[in-house]
Amino acid sequence: MAVKTLTIDGKAISAREEQTILQAARENGISIPTLCQLNGTSDIGACRLCLVEVAGIPKLLPACVTRVGEGMEVSTDSERIREYRKMIVELLFAERNHVCAACVENGHCELQDLAISVGMDHSRYDYMNPKCAVDITHKRYGIDHNRCVLCGRCVRVCDEIEGAHTWDFQGRGANTRTISDMFVPWGQAASCTSCGKCVQACPTGAIFRRGSTVAEMQKDRTRLDFIVTAREKKQWIA
Amino acid sequence: MDRVRLATIWLGGCSGCHMSFLDLDEFLIDLADIVDVVYGPVVDPKEYPDNVDICLIEGAVCSDEHIHHVKNIRAKTKIVVAFGDCAVTGNVPAMRNPLGKVGSILQEIYCDRPDAQGQMPGEKGLMPVLIDTVVPVHQVIKVDAFLPGCPPPASRIKEFVQLALSGAELKLQGSGLKPG
Repeated sequence: MAVKTLTIDGKAISAREEQTILQAARENGISIPTLCQLNGTSDIGACRLCLVEVAGIPKLLPACVTRVGEGMEVSTDSERIREYRKMIVELLFAERNHVCAACVENGHCELQDLAISVGMDHSRYDYMNPKCAVDITHKRYGIDHNRCVLCGRCVRVCDEIEGAHTWDFQGRGANTRTISDMFVPWGQAASCTSCGKCVQACPTGAIFRRGSTVAEMQKDRTRLDFIVTAREKKQWIA
Repeated sequence: MDRVRLATIWLGGCSGCHMSFLDLDEFLIDLADIVDVVYGPVVDPKEYPDNVDICLIEGAVCSDEHIHHVKNIRAKTKIVVAFGDCAVTGNVPAMRNPLGKVGSILQEIYCDRPDAQGQMPGEKGLMPVLIDTVVPVHQVIKVDAFLPGCPPPASRIKEFVQLALSGAELKLQGSGLKPG
């Protein structure tokens, strides 16, 4: 096991060579905002919130998919990074119809928390007001595409932890939609085991338990941690 | 010190932000010592006056009348504040945007539904004309400060008003920025 030494925000740290900047930062108590990252699933660098500066490289790099390197000088916080993170959150709000006041996840939402942490008080971008479907054909759960941020956590948790791969993406760019099976209503998706992992994985109110009304929804991510710990450490501990 | 000239207005919203303002309770009495409310639903003059120091705009911009109001307010006001989520984001009134143009929405609601009366509203000049896309205030005029929340809790309004009265930068921090 080779060890790399590097600095993050001026702090000298050592990390295993297979670790990402995000993992190394977290192990050392340095917090980097994330949205698409979900422990126990693969990292895809989709949301770009974890962008960091690495000395000598002009572009910003996503910490969740960038491996640590010997002598790397990483900075997780600067005027430039803060501005980009705020921009990203504003774009996420402008891209779909995030009406916090009428959302099941209001008050428990990772997107809302991000808006607060990046200091967003309004979106500088025009709202796109896309027409988005709400699918409540599944007997226990629903998906409201108005609230989807395309983080892909449902896709990965379903494929990599449940092993069902009910969810995937259709289309490109702002027209991308999360679909179940070969674009059939969720209630008709034969591969869905109704395990509910996607409900817990979803950072916003996009995937919800039916019967939750405004602000009632609280995701229980410890259920996922339980399974991940069981798999990785063979320990069935709650 | 001159008394502060405060205005408020209620555009496309539910008046909940104004209700939350009234929840300031005894702080309203302190405010009354230093502030004159020169325009708004609670005092109801017909014309927006000149030389307003600060205006709290509740609600999204939904009609030609709202556009006229916000432009007039901008011209006569030092500090314009988007007051509450509808003013800041469009929020609930903007939920009609994805449904299409105003004409087709009104047609469906007033004529096509089984229980509709079969008559479109809007005798010319009688009602404000709705615009096709509901927008937050800052997409029509320059907004100086944002006070989010649906409604903003009274404690947040108080913090904001105190910032305004002290002349500090009008920027809320932390949980003061929570929408919804």
